[in-house]
Amino acid sequence: MESFQNTQPIYLQIMNLIKKQIATSVFNPGQLLESVRELAMIYQVNPNTVQRALSELEREGLVRSERTIGRYITKDEAAIAQLHQNLVDEATSTYINNVLELHLSPEEILTTVKSRLKGDNT
Amino acid sequence: MIEIKNVTKTYDGKPALINVNLSLQTGKIIGLLGPNGSGKTTLIKILNGLLRDYKGEVLIDGNPVNEISKSLVSYLPDRNYLPNWTNAEGAIKIFKDLYQDFDEEKMRSLFAKLNLDPKQPLKKMSKGMKEKFQLALVMSRNAKIYILDEPIGGVDPAARELILKTILENYAPESLVLISTHLIADIEQIFDSVVFLKEGQVVLFEDVDTIRQTQGKSIEEYFKEVFRC
Repeated sequence: MESFQNTQPIYLQIMNLIKKQIATSVFNPGQLLESVRELAMIYQVNPNTVQRALSELEREGLVRSERTIGRYITKDEAAIAQLHQNLVDEATSTYINNVLELHLSPEEILTTVKSRLKGDNT
Repeated sequence: MIEIKNVTKTYDGKPALINVNLSLQTGKIIGLLGPNGSGKTTLIKILNGLLRDYKGEVLIDGNPVNEISKSLVSYLPDRNYLPNWTNAEGAIKIFKDLYQDFDEEKMRSLFAKLNLDPKQPLKKMSKGMKEKFQLALVMSRNAKIYILDEPIGGVDPAARELILKTILENYAPESLVLISTHLIADIEQIFDSVVFLKEGQVVLFEDVDTIRQTQGKSIEEYFKEVFRC
C-alpha cells in the first residue's frame, strides 16, 4: 500500500509519484495506465482523487486519453526528457538551498557531494 | 442525493442538531467528523428513519425518509442489531428477504476475504470480528447510498486497513458513501470531503485536498485546531 502524507494534497502526491515513474521509465511512452478505480485500489485512496491527479497530468500533456482505449502515457519523448530534467532541477535546487542555509560554500558543496558519492562519510 | 434542510433536533429541550443544511452529492465519499456528542449519530439516525421528531426537511434521492428511501440506503449502525445467535447463513437469509439489492455471492466472497467463519454465530465473535461481519453485509448491497457509523471504531489498527480496503473495493460506483468517525488519521485518505459537526452545527463542509492545500495541515490536525477548547 502506498503511503501518502496527510499534510499535503494527495492528488499532488499522486501526480508526483506518476511523474517520477514516467521520468524513470517505470511507465514507458505510450503505455496504457490502469483504470481510475484500479489505481485507487493500488494507492488506497478515493477514486475521485486519482481522477483529479490524472486530469491534471493530462492538462500538463504527460497523460493522454482516448475514449475507447483509456488513459496512456504520452508518446512524446521530448516531453518526457523535459520532465526528467525538471525533476532533476527541482531536486538539485532543494538540495542546494538546504546546504546554503547551512552556510556551505560552493566548493564545500562539491567536496561533500563528491566524497558522499565515493562512499565516504556514510 | 441527500438533501438536509434546516434540520433541528432537540432531546428534552437540549439541542442535538441546530439548523443543519447539507447537500451531499453522489459519487463521493464524505467524512462526518465531530467529537462525541456533536450530533453525528443523531444525524445518521434521522437519515435512516430511526428518529422522526425533528424540525426541517430531509430528502433522499428526492424521497422523504420512508420505505423507499430506506431501500436506497445501506446502513452500518454503530452497534450490533442482529440477534446474537445469528451466523452468516442466517444473516444472508435476513438480508435477502429485506433487500432486493443484496448480493449473496459478494457476501460469501467478502466473508472469505475477511477470514470469517460463516458457521460462527455473532455471540462467539470478538468485537473486531463482529464489525467485519456487519461491514460484509452492508457492503454486499448494491446500494445508492452507504452510511457507515464508526466502521473502524472497535478494531485494531491492522484490521482497520482491511476494513478501509473493503469499503473502497466494494462500494457501488456512483454511490454516495457517508462515514462518521473520530479516528480521522486512519481514514482521511479515502475521503473526498469532510463535514465538521460542532455542538450540533455544521462548522465546515470542504474538499479534503483544499483543506490540505490552504491550511498545510492534515485533516486530523485541522480538526484538532477547529475543536480546540
